[in-house]
Amino acid sequence: MEYEPVIGLEVHIQLKTRTKAFCACLTDFGNQPNSQVCPVCLGFPGTLPVLNIIALEYSVKVGLALNCLVQEYTKFDRKHYYYPDLPKNYQISQYELPISKDGFLDINIDGLIKRINIRRAHLEEDAGKLIHKDDLSLVDYNRAGIPLLEIVSDPDMNSPQEAYEYLTKLKSIIEYLDVSDCDMEKGSLRCDANISLRERGSKGLGVKTELKNMNSFKAVKDALSFEIKRQSDLLDDGEKIIQDTRLWNTKELKTLPMRTKEGAKDYRYFPEPDLPPFIISPTKITEIKKDIPELPEVKALRFQKEYGILEYDSRIMVLNKKNSLFAEKCLTVYPDKDKKPVANWLIGPMLSEANSRNCDLPGLDISPKDLIELIGFTQRQEISNLTAKSVLTDMLNSKKTAAEVIKEKNLVQISDASGLENYISDAIKENCAVANDFKNGKENALMFLVGEVMKKSKGKANPKVVQDLLKRRLV
Amino acid sequence: MASLHPNTLTAHELLEKLKNKEISALDIVNFVFEKIKKTDPNLRAYARLDAGLKDGQIMGKEGILKGLPISIKDNICTEGYNTECCSRILDGFKPPYDATVIRKLKEAGATILNIKTNMDEFAFGSSTENSCFGPTRNPWNLDCVPGGSSGGSAAAVAADEAIFALGSDTGGSIRQPASYCGVVGFKPTYGRVSRYGLIAFASSLDQIGPITKDVLDSAVLMNVICGYDPLDSTSVNIKVPDYTKSLVKDIKGLRIGIPKEYFIEGMDPEIKKITDEAVNQLKDLGAVCKPISLAHTEYAVPVYYVLATAEASSNLARFDGVQYGLRAENSAVMIDKRKSETDNKLIRMYKATRGKGFGEEAKRRIILGTFGLSHGYYDAYYLRALKVRTLIKQDFDQIFKEFDCIAAPTTPTPAFKIGERSQDPLSMYLSDIYTISANLAGLPAISIPCGLTKDGLPAGLQILAKPFSEEIIFRAAYTYEQNTPWHLQKPKI
Amino acid sequence: MAINRETVEYVAHLSRIDLEDNELDKFSRQIQDIVNYIDKLKALDTDLVSPTSHILPINNVLREDIPVSSLPIEKTLRNAPMKNANFFSVPKVIE
Repeated sequence: MEYEPVIGLEVHIQLKTRTKAFCACLTDFGNQPNSQVCPVCLGFPGTLPVLNIIALEYSVKVGLALNCLVQEYTKFDRKHYYYPDLPKNYQISQYELPISKDGFLDINIDGLIKRINIRRAHLEEDAGKLIHKDDLSLVDYNRAGIPLLEIVSDPDMNSPQEAYEYLTKLKSIIEYLDVSDCDMEKGSLRCDANISLRERGSKGLGVKTELKNMNSFKAVKDALSFEIKRQSDLLDDGEKIIQDTRLWNTKELKTLPMRTKEGAKDYRYFPEPDLPPFIISPTKITEIKKDIPELPEVKALRFQKEYGILEYDSRIMVLNKKNSLFAEKCLTVYPDKDKKPVANWLIGPMLSEANSRNCDLPGLDISPKDLIELIGFTQRQEISNLTAKSVLTDMLNSKKTAAEVIKEKNLVQISDASGLENYISDAIKENCAVANDFKNGKENALMFLVGEVMKKSKGKANPKVVQDLLKRRLV
Repeated sequence: MASLHPNTLTAHELLEKLKNKEISALDIVNFVFEKIKKTDPNLRAYARLDAGLKDGQIMGKEGILKGLPISIKDNICTEGYNTECCSRILDGFKPPYDATVIRKLKEAGATILNIKTNMDEFAFGSSTENSCFGPTRNPWNLDCVPGGSSGGSAAAVAADEAIFALGSDTGGSIRQPASYCGVVGFKPTYGRVSRYGLIAFASSLDQIGPITKDVLDSAVLMNVICGYDPLDSTSVNIKVPDYTKSLVKDIKGLRIGIPKEYFIEGMDPEIKKITDEAVNQLKDLGAVCKPISLAHTEYAVPVYYVLATAEASSNLARFDGVQYGLRAENSAVMIDKRKSETDNKLIRMYKATRGKGFGEEAKRRIILGTFGLSHGYYDAYYLRALKVRTLIKQDFDQIFKEFDCIAAPTTPTPAFKIGERSQDPLSMYLSDIYTISANLAGLPAISIPCGLTKDGLPAGLQILAKPFSEEIIFRAAYTYEQNTPWHLQKPKI
Repeated sequence: MAINRETVEYVAHLSRIDLEDNELDKFSRQIQDIVNYIDKLKALDTDLVSPTSHILPINNVLREDIPVSSLPIEKTLRNAPMKNANFFSVPKVIE
């Protein structure tokens, strides 16, 4: 049978506040265990929470950016479960009245827009961290109390790729807002997935499983793909899916059921009596709205309109906020009206350099002016595109300008006939048979000879000129 | 005579003597300690006598309470000193921080006694019988309970084992023991005193307040402990008046409501008589006393037991043996049971710790409270109780449009015998029937001595006012007190 | 609402408390009494009444995002029944 996966995602992002959600401890990552704690985040008896204003404002900001209704009246609830990383054995969270709800996010799938609805985004406190050692679990509460925003989608995604696109887009928006590091390795972005299968075309919902422990977007995609296969095999065999929580095992590349069964969940939510409610006025919302920068979607459209960038190129250019800022600088510095070469350079050689160096475009530490200068050489056909790519690598490694690299390595393209005559003569002499083939009408043979000339000139010959000269000689 | 026993004096009397250098701070502390050593082995007003009295630890800070020792209930955090809520589960717990009220007291120069006053475990009770350190007795009659849960603080003040004390009031835990012990107990408006550092029982009801020998001391102490605290989101940022200024001996024209629902069947006839006389006295002093109705009064106790136990079950979830207090790895109970097979070692540790660490009443309330919040029962119990709380509050709102305050008995009976109600939780719960409403509505309320029964047990008059109108209460209470002899009566202990 | 032993057992598990057999019996009985008493709330029509979870009409109590120094590690761990280096320690949690 053919199945359609139904996927919903729960994303937790740590908000980048200086201090924790309900106390004044720092939120820095990687400090000594239990060094960033106080009686409040340790949940010591008698302590009380006081909400961090920035955590609230960041949450509103994300809600607005995700097209949510930001609630005028919001409050916190206690969610109860016993676990040693949870100091009070309840988590201050939001149940009844989340800060925002009913939003959406549009993703691009094969050139088509698909809308993924966002059910709610609520603020809560993070738990501590457990480290397992022999027959003990060790608890570090440094992370306990860091503000978390939980963003819950509707089960609107129907493939692992859609889930991947959703996460990429979500991360991009949140980075634009500058409210979270969104670093999955450091745990500042976490994603759990719900997935069920149904017969393609049907509207019902199957039994779902919950997937946890994915530490990258790719892992989310892989875990979902694995789970689709696992569930469809079971269904094909006439077996039933058991509703459970499964952990993605990165070594075995499979999802495995959690060993501890929690039993039926009964979180005993009730309004947090220690925190009076919060009223987010329309004025406040307007104020926060003003603070929201141009988001990737709008920026991509503007790039298309203002700079004539292709739709696909623009989307790649704006995905990362810092990249988009760098891109825009390059686009404005570039003197020609046709900005296509800049776009090609940015999403081509520049991005691949950035990826291989594991940084973003500004991280390559090349100024827009220097990059434009390099592009200029190719536009004037003084160097070939191929040469230009290696010049870029040299520039990045040596911090020299394009002109300096080209001059030092003597890379200027040879375009005048006199400079190329010798190479051409040699090439024809050494490859008489091929030359004859061309004379006899075999067009392909010409390209071989061009290649030979390029080799002899160490890539500096202008291939177009070489082609013309060869034709003239051989016809 | 009095100067020979400074522990028998009020705080304001001692402050006068300190000012005139008739007495030293060290004398006061030493007399208090002497008295504790002498009578507390019988009275058990303090939780851990074995903690040892540290003579002469006088705070050096200048302030209006300089030189005065104060006794603190065992559920208010004092940095470095045992704060155990009289529960085994907090065995040995020394908080790493001071409650805000303790900080304020220290800043005012008060000396915080290192031994804490006895209480019902986690303030669960009305008799101070539920303490892991054993029950406190009533200084007026050692066979009777002192009330609770702040029974230790009330008994200590009544027996001159303390100059004054702090208690906490969730459903009457300051006023009821004050009434049983013949002292003054004040529950401030919810939000008036910071709860930071008060080990929570029911967060939406708890307030810290003074237990003192007279109304002036209550005002003096309130001046120190009240006020906005940025560490408590429910504390209110309203200016605190100087309460001693509201102590004028004049209630002419004061409109006082007398709720008919507080004079119910089952009320002790002597208490009724004493209260009636007190009301007549208020009239004689010029107050306009009229009967009123608080229609939802009979629902206050059930609402309270739903809300308070639910919040308690949540607040007490943190006592699990991980970070502080008792830890038991295994218990005989679950090991043999079928059920424990599904429990891992960690869950067994939790259950053993909590099974062993909590006393019976604490377990009963946690179970009841958890039930009220659990899946399928929330709407029927918790949510409904929150709604009835609204109705109770609205009753008071109506009354306070026409009346300045309300006067009523603090309790339906005088102090009962030790053991008399401990096997019947419901009858115990009903001893808070007149005090609970003030907590549900967040109102300030005082209990002042207003007479003695034939058996020589004190009775208390309760005065309530609208939120943040503590001044009216002080004025009425002071006027009554200064025109009656009751606050001068002392138990023979 | 009828409270039986199973209800009490379930709730005791939820709240992580071991109860002895006699406690289970006693609590079932006593809590039944209390719940019967509480059930008198059902006599009131509360459909149109809004719940009061905070008695004071205050809202938006917030603090600025300004750090205050954390507890020194000795104070953090001083009360710990069991610790290991700078960690609190518990019986192993298996996932």
